[in-house]
Amino acid sequence: MKLKEIIEILDGEILCTDENEDIEISSACGSDLMSDVMAFVKNSSMLLTGLLNLQVIRTAEMMDIRLVVFVRGKKPEQCVIDLAKQKGIALACTKHSLFVSCGLLYANGLTEGGNHP
Amino acid sequence: MSKGIISLHYEISADDFQAAGEASSSVKKKLKQLGVSPNAVKRVSIAMYEAEMNVVIHGNGGYMDVEIDKDRIKLVFRDKGPGIPDVDLAMQEGYSTAPDRIREMGFGAGMGLPNIKRNSDKLDIETGIGKGTILTIEVNMQ
Repeated sequence: MKLKEIIEILDGEILCTDENEDIEISSACGSDLMSDVMAFVKNSSMLLTGLLNLQVIRTAEMMDIRLVVFVRGKKPEQCVIDLAKQKGIALACTKHSLFVSCGLLYANGLTEGGNHP
Repeated sequence: MSKGIISLHYEISADDFQAAGEASSSVKKKLKQLGVSPNAVKRVSIAMYEAEMNVVIHGNGGYMDVEIDKDRIKLVFRDKGPGIPDVDLAMQEGYSTAPDRIREMGFGAGMGLPNIKRNSDKLDIETGIGKGTILTIEVNMQ
C-alpha cells in the first residue's frame, strides 16, 4: 500500500517524508511500547503509536520502519520531526484512535508483519 | 567484508534521552556499509539499542565497545550503575525496575534483557552490587 493511500484512509496529515514520497508499505504494527515493538515485530515497515518522543524514531530506525503514524490527534515536537528527517523516516498523524486506525488499514488490506516468536 | 577486526568505542551518557540511541545508530550504519547481512544487522540493532537504553536508564552512563570481524560482532557495555541484584529475575519477560518516567517513554516493559538474549548468539552478564554491570553480547554473522 502506498503512503498516499494510507494517508487517505486515515484522513491523516503528512509531517515529513523521505525524498521518495511513493514509499510502499507492506505490513504494519501498532504499539505504545517500544520494547514490545522490538520484541514482537519482525518485518513491519509502518508503526502506529500514541507515543511522541525521540525514542519512537530511534526504535523505527533500528527496526527498519519507514513510516510512523501518530494517532489520537497528537503531533510530536519539532526535534522529533527533525530526527526523523535525518534518519529518512516518514511521519504522519491522524485524529483516529490506535484501534480505529489499525482497523481502517486492516479492512483496506494492510495486515500485520509481526509474528510472536 | 575484510578479514581484519574493526574496533569502535562510544561513550553513553546517563539520563541523556536526546542522545540515547545515537551510538546504536552509528554502529548500525557502519554494519550496513560493511555489507553485513540484513538479519545480523537487525539482531545486532535490537540487542544493541536495548543495551544502550539500559546504560542510559539504569547504568548511570558508561561505554560501548564494538568489535567487528568476519565471523561475528561483539558488543561490550560497561556501566556505572548499581549492579543487578538478581540476574535470573531481570531476565524474566515482564520484570522491570524502571520508574514511571521511563515507562512513559515506551520502555520499562520488562523486555530489555529478554530481547537482548533473543537476538544474541552469546550473552554474558558480569554484575555486582555497587560495582556496575558488564554486558557482553555476540552476534554471529550467519
